[in-house]
Amino acid sequence: MINGVLHPKKVIAQLVKHRVSHYVTLPDSETAHMYEALMAEPSITIVPVSREGEAIPVAAGLFVAGQNPVISIQNAGLYEAGDALRGLALGIGLPLVMFIGYRGHNRKGDTPDSAATFLEPFLHMWRVDYFVVESNHDLDRVPVAFERAAKTNQPVAVAIGTEYAKTEDSGDQSKGIKE
Amino acid sequence: MITYADACRIINDSRGDAVAVTTMTQTKYWNQVSQEPDLDIGIANAMSKASSVALGLALGKPDRSVLCLDSDGSLLMNFGSLATIAGMAPKNLYHIVFNNGIYAITGGQPVPAPGVQYAKAAEACGYASTYRFDDTESLDSTLPRILASHGPVLIEIIVKGEPQSEGVDQTWESNAKMPLQLRALRKRLTGTDDWFSGGPYI
Repeated sequence: MINGVLHPKKVIAQLVKHRVSHYVTLPDSETAHMYEALMAEPSITIVPVSREGEAIPVAAGLFVAGQNPVISIQNAGLYEAGDALRGLALGIGLPLVMFIGYRGHNRKGDTPDSAATFLEPFLHMWRVDYFVVESNHDLDRVPVAFERAAKTNQPVAVAIGTEYAKTEDSGDQSKGIKE
Repeated sequence: MITYADACRIINDSRGDAVAVTTMTQTKYWNQVSQEPDLDIGIANAMSKASSVALGLALGKPDRSVLCLDSDGSLLMNFGSLATIAGMAPKNLYHIVFNNGIYAITGGQPVPAPGVQYAKAAEACGYASTYRFDDTESLDSTLPRILASHGPVLIEIIVKGEPQSEGVDQTWESNAKMPLQLRALRKRLTGTDDWFSGGPYI
Protein backbone atom coordinates (compact mmCIF):
# COMPACT_ATOMS: atom_id res chain seq x y z
CA MET A 1 0.00 0.00 0.00
CA ILE A 2 1.02 3.58 -0.55
CA ASN A 3 2.43 5.57 2.34
CA GLY A 4 2.19 9.33 2.35
CA VAL A 5 0.52 11.62 -0.13
CA LEU A 6 1.43 13.48 -3.27
CA HIS A 7 1.14 17.23 -3.17
CA PRO A 8 0.70 19.12 -6.43
CA LYS A 9 2.79 22.05 -5.22
CA LYS A 10 5.79 19.78 -4.83
CA VAL A 11 5.39 18.55 -8.39
CA ILE A 12 4.91 22.13 -9.58
CA ALA A 13 8.18 23.02 -7.87
CA GLN A 14 9.81 20.38 -10.04
CA LEU A 15 8.16 21.78 -13.17
CA VAL A 16 9.40 25.28 -12.33
CA LYS A 17 12.87 23.96 -11.58
CA HIS A 18 12.96 22.38 -15.04
CA ARG A 19 11.68 25.59 -16.65
CA VAL A 20 8.46 24.05 -17.93
CA SER A 21 6.57 26.65 -19.95
CA HIS A 22 3.28 24.91 -20.82
CA TYR A 23 1.22 22.17 -19.18
CA VAL A 24 -0.89 20.54 -21.91
CA THR A 25 -3.62 18.57 -20.25
CA LEU A 26 -6.97 16.92 -20.12
CA PRO A 27 -7.80 16.66 -16.41
CA ASP A 28 -8.43 13.25 -14.88
CA SER A 29 -9.36 11.89 -11.50
CA GLU A 30 -5.73 11.50 -10.37
CA THR A 31 -4.64 14.98 -11.31
CA ALA A 32 -7.68 17.17 -10.66
CA HIS A 33 -6.07 19.06 -7.78
CA MET A 34 -2.93 19.62 -9.82
CA TYR A 35 -4.97 21.73 -12.24
CA GLU A 36 -6.23 23.93 -9.40
CA ALA A 37 -2.75 24.38 -7.98
CA LEU A 38 -1.23 25.15 -11.38
CA MET A 39 -3.65 28.01 -11.91
CA ALA A 40 -1.71 29.85 -9.19
CA GLU A 41 1.67 29.33 -10.88
CA PRO A 42 2.30 32.30 -13.19
CA SER A 43 5.30 30.86 -15.02
CA ILE A 44 3.40 27.92 -16.51
CA THR A 45 0.59 28.23 -19.07
CA ILE A 46 -2.13 25.60 -18.92
CA VAL A 47 -3.28 24.38 -22.34
CA PRO A 48 -6.52 22.39 -21.97
CA VAL A 49 -7.22 20.00 -24.85
CA SER A 50 -10.50 18.39 -25.87
CA ARG A 51 -9.09 14.89 -26.38
CA GLU A 52 -5.87 13.30 -25.23
CA GLY A 53 -4.66 12.66 -28.77
CA GLU A 54 -4.21 16.41 -29.21
CA ALA A 55 -1.79 16.75 -26.30
CA ILE A 56 1.37 15.36 -27.91
CA PRO A 57 0.95 17.27 -31.21
CA VAL A 58 0.34 20.52 -29.32
CA ALA A 59 3.44 19.83 -27.22
CA ALA A 60 5.44 19.08 -30.36
CA GLY A 61 4.45 22.43 -31.84
CA LEU A 62 5.36 24.22 -28.63
CA PHE A 63 8.75 22.53 -28.50
CA VAL A 64 9.52 23.40 -32.11
CA ALA A 65 8.64 27.01 -31.27
CA GLY A 66 11.26 26.98 -28.53
CA GLN A 67 9.05 26.29 -25.52
CA ASN A 68 9.42 23.58 -22.90
CA PRO A 69 6.07 21.79 -22.49
CA VAL A 70 4.95 18.73 -20.56
CA ILE A 71 1.68 16.88 -20.97
CA SER A 72 -0.65 15.41 -18.36
CA ILE A 73 -3.29 12.89 -19.39
CA GLN A 74 -4.84 9.74 -17.95
CA ASN A 75 -3.71 6.23 -18.88
CA ALA A 76 -6.97 5.61 -20.74
CA GLY A 77 -6.29 8.77 -22.73
CA LEU A 78 -2.75 7.68 -23.47
CA TYR A 79 -4.17 4.65 -25.25
CA GLU A 80 -6.34 6.97 -27.35
CA ALA A 81 -3.23 9.04 -28.08
CA GLY A 82 -1.25 6.05 -29.33
CA ASP A 83 -0.88 7.22 -32.92
CA ALA A 84 0.22 10.68 -31.82
CA LEU A 85 2.76 9.07 -29.48
CA ARG A 86 4.05 7.03 -32.40
CA GLY A 87 4.11 9.70 -35.08
CA LEU A 88 4.83 12.91 -33.19
CA ALA A 89 6.90 11.83 -30.18
CA LEU A 90 8.73 8.54 -30.77
CA GLY A 91 8.92 9.09 -34.52
CA ILE A 92 10.41 12.57 -34.41
CA GLY A 93 12.56 12.14 -31.31
CA LEU A 94 10.62 14.52 -29.08
CA PRO A 95 12.09 15.05 -25.60
CA LEU A 96 8.82 15.17 -23.69
CA VAL A 97 7.93 14.31 -20.11
CA MET A 98 4.42 12.86 -20.02
CA PHE A 99 2.58 12.78 -16.69
CA ILE A 100 0.16 9.88 -16.92
CA GLY A 101 -2.63 9.39 -14.42
CA TYR A 102 -2.39 5.75 -13.32
CA ARG A 103 -6.14 5.18 -12.95
CA GLY A 104 -6.88 1.98 -11.07
CA HIS A 105 -3.28 1.48 -9.94
CA ASN A 106 -3.21 -2.03 -8.56
CA ARG A 107 -0.90 -1.31 -5.63
CA LYS A 108 -3.99 0.06 -3.94
CA GLY A 109 -5.33 -3.47 -3.98
CA ASP A 110 -6.95 -5.79 -6.48
CA THR A 111 -8.48 -3.83 -9.34
CA PRO A 112 -10.76 -4.79 -12.19
CA ASP A 113 -9.78 -1.64 -14.05
CA SER A 114 -8.13 -2.56 -17.35
CA ALA A 115 -6.91 1.02 -17.66
CA ALA A 116 -4.41 0.12 -14.94
CA THR A 117 -3.73 -3.40 -16.10
CA PHE A 118 -2.47 -2.29 -19.47
CA LEU A 119 -0.47 0.83 -18.62
CA GLU A 120 2.94 -0.68 -17.93
CA PRO A 121 2.68 -3.29 -20.71
CA PHE A 122 1.63 -0.47 -23.05
CA LEU A 123 4.67 1.62 -22.12
CA HIS A 124 6.95 -1.38 -22.50
CA MET A 125 5.45 -2.18 -25.90
CA TRP A 126 6.07 1.36 -27.13
CA ARG A 127 9.55 1.30 -25.58
CA VAL A 128 8.76 4.33 -23.43
CA ASP A 129 10.83 4.64 -20.25
CA TYR A 130 8.73 5.42 -17.20
CA PHE A 131 8.80 6.09 -13.50
CA VAL A 132 5.95 5.54 -11.04
CA VAL A 133 5.31 8.30 -8.51
CA GLU A 134 2.96 7.41 -5.69
CA SER A 135 3.80 9.98 -3.03
CA ASN A 136 6.10 12.89 -2.21
CA HIS A 137 8.74 10.29 -1.31
CA ASP A 138 9.03 9.38 -5.01
CA LEU A 139 9.52 12.87 -6.39
CA ASP A 140 13.24 12.41 -6.90
CA ARG A 141 12.19 10.34 -9.92
CA VAL A 142 10.80 13.40 -11.69
CA PRO A 143 14.16 15.07 -12.39
CA VAL A 144 15.44 11.72 -13.63
CA ALA A 145 12.57 11.66 -16.13
CA PHE A 146 13.46 15.15 -17.38
CA GLU A 147 17.12 14.21 -17.69
CA ARG A 148 16.28 10.97 -19.51
CA ALA A 149 14.00 12.73 -22.02
CA ALA A 150 16.62 15.38 -22.75
CA LYS A 151 19.44 12.89 -23.04
CA THR A 152 17.63 10.43 -25.30
CA ASN A 153 15.38 12.82 -27.29
CA GLN A 154 12.48 10.54 -26.52
CA PRO A 155 9.28 10.81 -24.49
CA VAL A 156 9.50 9.59 -20.90
CA ALA A 157 6.44 8.86 -18.73
CA VAL A 158 5.85 9.70 -15.08
CA ALA A 159 2.95 7.54 -13.97
CA ILE A 160 1.03 9.26 -11.18
CA GLY A 161 -0.07 6.35 -9.04
CA THR A 162 -2.29 8.21 -6.64
CA GLU A 163 -4.66 11.14 -6.55
CA TYR A 164 -2.98 14.44 -5.82
CA ALA A 165 -3.78 15.79 -2.36
CA LYS A 166 -5.98 18.84 -2.27
CA THR A 167 -3.97 20.98 0.16
CA GLU A 168 -0.57 21.04 1.81
CA ASP A 169 -2.03 20.22 5.23
CA SER A 170 -3.69 16.93 4.37
CA GLY A 171 -1.51 14.57 6.36
CA ASP A 172 1.75 14.52 4.48
CA GLN A 173 4.37 12.43 6.25
CA SER A 174 7.07 12.93 3.68
CA LYS A 175 10.17 15.02 3.91
CA GLY A 176 9.50 16.57 0.53
CA ILE A 177 11.77 17.00 -2.44
CA LYS A 178 15.50 16.67 -2.28
CA GLU A 179 16.90 19.85 -3.73
CA MET B 1 -15.03 25.42 -57.05
CA ILE B 2 -11.33 26.09 -56.49
CA THR B 3 -8.37 23.93 -57.43
CA TYR B 4 -5.71 22.94 -54.93
CA ALA B 5 -3.10 24.62 -57.10
CA ASP B 6 -4.93 27.95 -57.19
CA ALA B 7 -5.70 27.89 -53.48
CA CYS B 8 -2.08 27.20 -52.53
CA ARG B 9 -0.84 29.88 -54.91
CA ILE B 10 -3.20 32.48 -53.46
CA ILE B 11 -2.32 31.58 -49.88
CA ASN B 12 1.37 31.70 -50.65
CA ASP B 13 1.01 35.16 -52.25
CA SER B 14 -0.16 36.51 -48.88
CA ARG B 15 2.03 34.37 -46.68
CA GLY B 16 4.68 36.84 -45.61
CA ASP B 17 6.95 35.15 -43.06
CA ALA B 18 4.27 32.90 -41.63
CA VAL B 19 4.91 29.32 -40.60
CA ALA B 20 2.94 26.89 -42.78
CA VAL B 21 1.70 23.57 -41.41
CA THR B 22 0.31 21.39 -44.19
CA THR B 23 -1.13 17.90 -44.51
CA MET B 24 -2.27 15.44 -47.14
CA THR B 25 -2.84 16.72 -50.72
CA GLN B 26 -2.16 20.33 -49.69
CA THR B 27 1.45 19.42 -48.90
CA LYS B 28 2.07 18.36 -52.49
CA TYR B 29 0.80 21.64 -53.95
CA TRP B 30 2.25 23.83 -51.19
CA ASN B 31 5.72 22.46 -51.81
CA GLN B 32 5.42 23.59 -55.45
CA VAL B 33 4.87 27.25 -54.54
CA SER B 34 6.54 27.82 -51.16
CA GLN B 35 9.67 29.94 -51.17
CA GLU B 36 10.32 29.31 -47.46
CA PRO B 37 10.89 25.58 -46.95
CA ASP B 38 12.46 26.18 -43.53
CA LEU B 39 9.13 27.60 -42.38
CA ASP B 40 7.11 24.66 -43.71
CA ILE B 41 6.03 21.49 -41.94
CA GLY B 42 4.27 18.73 -43.83
CA ILE B 43 2.48 16.60 -41.28
CA ALA B 44 2.97 13.21 -42.84
CA ASN B 45 2.91 10.09 -40.71
CA ALA B 46 0.45 11.67 -38.27
CA MET B 47 -2.88 12.16 -40.03
CA SER B 48 -5.27 14.67 -38.50
CA LYS B 49 -2.79 16.33 -36.18
CA ALA B 50 -1.89 19.36 -38.31
CA SER B 51 -4.29 21.65 -36.45
CA SER B 52 -2.89 20.62 -33.07
CA VAL B 53 0.75 21.07 -34.14
CA ALA B 54 -0.20 24.47 -35.56
CA LEU B 55 -1.82 25.44 -32.27
CA GLY B 56 1.36 24.57 -30.38
CA LEU B 57 3.45 26.62 -32.80
CA ALA B 58 1.08 29.58 -32.56
CA LEU B 59 1.11 29.53 -28.76
CA GLY B 60 4.86 29.12 -28.69
CA LYS B 61 5.56 31.96 -31.13
CA PRO B 62 2.79 34.50 -30.62
CA ASP B 63 4.64 37.14 -32.64
CA ARG B 64 4.59 35.09 -35.85
CA SER B 65 1.58 34.07 -37.95
CA VAL B 66 0.91 30.36 -38.34
CA LEU B 67 -1.06 29.00 -41.29
CA CYS B 68 -2.56 25.53 -41.02
CA LEU B 69 -3.51 24.02 -44.39
CA ASP B 70 -5.84 21.34 -43.04
CA SER B 71 -8.33 19.11 -44.84
CA ASP B 72 -11.88 18.01 -44.12
CA GLY B 73 -11.06 14.33 -43.61
CA SER B 74 -8.19 15.16 -41.31
CA LEU B 75 -10.17 17.69 -39.29
CA LEU B 76 -13.01 15.21 -38.83
CA MET B 77 -10.47 12.91 -37.13
CA ASN B 78 -9.45 15.71 -34.77
CA PHE B 79 -12.68 17.69 -34.55
CA GLY B 80 -12.21 18.55 -30.91
CA SER B 81 -9.22 20.65 -31.89
CA LEU B 82 -11.70 23.31 -33.05
CA ALA B 83 -12.81 23.77 -29.45
CA THR B 84 -9.25 23.56 -28.14
CA ILE B 85 -8.10 26.27 -30.56
CA ALA B 86 -11.09 28.46 -29.78
CA GLY B 87 -10.41 28.06 -26.08
CA MET B 88 -6.78 29.18 -26.33
CA ALA B 89 -7.70 31.83 -28.91
CA PRO B 90 -4.28 32.43 -30.49
CA LYS B 91 -4.45 35.69 -32.42
CA ASN B 92 -1.80 34.48 -34.88
CA LEU B 93 -3.43 31.22 -36.05
CA TYR B 94 -5.16 30.95 -39.45
CA HIS B 95 -6.82 27.57 -39.90
CA ILE B 96 -7.50 26.89 -43.57
CA VAL B 97 -9.63 23.83 -44.30
CA PHE B 98 -9.57 22.36 -47.81
CA ASN B 99 -13.00 20.80 -48.17
CA ASN B 100 -13.47 18.31 -51.01
CA GLY B 101 -15.84 15.88 -49.27
CA ILE B 102 -13.63 12.88 -49.98
CA TYR B 103 -10.57 10.99 -48.81
CA ALA B 104 -8.50 11.89 -51.87
CA ILE B 105 -5.36 10.10 -50.74
CA THR B 106 -7.10 6.73 -50.60
CA GLY B 107 -8.90 7.03 -53.90
CA GLY B 108 -11.89 9.31 -53.34
CA GLN B 109 -14.18 7.59 -50.85
CA PRO B 110 -16.64 10.07 -49.29
CA VAL B 111 -16.02 11.40 -45.79
CA PRO B 112 -18.79 10.36 -43.35
CA ALA B 113 -20.70 13.62 -43.77
CA PRO B 114 -19.64 15.47 -46.95
CA GLY B 115 -22.01 18.36 -46.14
CA VAL B 116 -20.31 19.48 -42.94
CA GLN B 117 -19.79 23.25 -42.96
CA TYR B 118 -16.52 23.75 -41.14
CA ALA B 119 -16.75 27.53 -41.03
CA LYS B 120 -20.03 27.28 -39.17
CA ALA B 121 -18.61 24.68 -36.80
CA ALA B 122 -15.64 26.90 -36.01
CA GLU B 123 -17.89 29.88 -35.49
CA ALA B 124 -20.00 27.88 -33.06
CA CYS B 125 -16.85 26.84 -31.19
CA GLY B 126 -15.78 30.46 -30.79
CA TYR B 127 -13.20 31.29 -33.48
CA ALA B 128 -12.74 35.04 -33.84
CA SER B 129 -13.98 34.93 -37.42
CA THR B 130 -14.76 32.40 -40.14
CA TYR B 131 -15.07 32.46 -43.92
CA ARG B 132 -16.13 30.09 -46.68
CA PHE B 133 -15.01 30.40 -50.29
CA ASP B 134 -16.01 28.45 -53.38
CA ASP B 135 -14.60 30.71 -56.11
CA THR B 136 -11.05 31.70 -56.84
CA GLU B 137 -11.69 35.41 -57.34
CA SER B 138 -13.28 35.95 -53.94
CA LEU B 139 -10.53 34.05 -52.17
CA ASP B 140 -7.84 35.99 -54.01
CA SER B 141 -9.34 39.39 -53.27
CA THR B 142 -10.27 38.76 -49.63
CA LEU B 143 -7.46 36.66 -48.20
CA PRO B 144 -4.90 39.47 -47.64
CA ARG B 145 -7.38 41.31 -45.42
CA ILE B 146 -8.23 38.13 -43.52
CA LEU B 147 -4.59 37.31 -42.83
CA ALA B 148 -4.13 40.83 -41.46
CA SER B 149 -6.92 40.34 -38.93
CA HIS B 150 -6.75 38.73 -35.50
CA GLY B 151 -7.19 34.99 -35.17
CA PRO B 152 -8.09 32.39 -34.62
CA VAL B 153 -9.66 32.44 -38.06
CA LEU B 154 -11.05 29.48 -39.96
CA ILE B 155 -11.09 29.75 -43.74
CA GLU B 156 -13.01 26.97 -45.48
CA ILE B 157 -12.12 26.51 -49.12
CA ILE B 158 -14.31 24.32 -51.32
CA VAL B 159 -11.84 22.55 -53.57
CA LYS B 160 -12.15 20.20 -56.49
CA GLY B 161 -11.31 16.72 -55.29
CA GLU B 162 -8.32 15.01 -56.82
CA PRO B 163 -8.61 11.33 -55.96
CA GLN B 164 -5.28 9.63 -56.18
CA SER B 165 -4.89 6.29 -57.81
CA GLU B 166 -1.49 5.35 -56.45
CA GLY B 167 -2.19 5.80 -52.76
CA VAL B 168 -0.35 7.81 -50.17
CA ASP B 169 3.41 8.18 -50.34
CA GLN B 170 4.26 6.51 -47.04
CA THR B 171 7.85 5.52 -47.55
CA TRP B 172 10.80 5.61 -45.21
CA GLU B 173 11.96 8.75 -46.99
CA SER B 174 8.66 10.61 -46.72
CA ASN B 175 8.29 9.73 -43.06
CA ALA B 176 11.89 10.68 -42.38
CA LYS B 177 11.38 14.14 -43.88
CA MET B 178 9.10 15.37 -41.13
CA PRO B 179 11.64 15.13 -38.27
CA LEU B 180 14.17 16.98 -40.42
CA GLN B 181 11.66 19.71 -41.28
CA LEU B 182 10.74 20.10 -37.63
CA ARG B 183 14.38 20.54 -36.68
CA ALA B 184 14.93 23.07 -39.46
CA LEU B 185 11.88 25.03 -38.30
CA ARG B 186 12.99 25.01 -34.66
CA LYS B 187 16.39 26.26 -35.75
CA ARG B 188 14.75 29.03 -37.81
CA LEU B 189 12.37 30.07 -35.02
CA THR B 190 14.80 29.91 -32.11
CA GLY B 191 18.14 30.61 -33.75
CA THR B 192 19.63 27.57 -32.05
CA ASP B 193 20.56 24.19 -33.48
CA ASP B 194 20.17 22.10 -30.35
CA TRP B 195 17.71 19.34 -31.23
CA PHE B 196 19.78 16.32 -32.03
CA SER B 197 18.97 12.81 -33.17
CA GLY B 198 16.33 10.62 -31.62
CA GLY B 199 13.69 8.22 -32.89
CA PRO B 200 13.72 5.81 -35.80
CA TYR B 201 14.02 8.32 -38.63
CA ILE B 202 16.86 10.52 -37.52
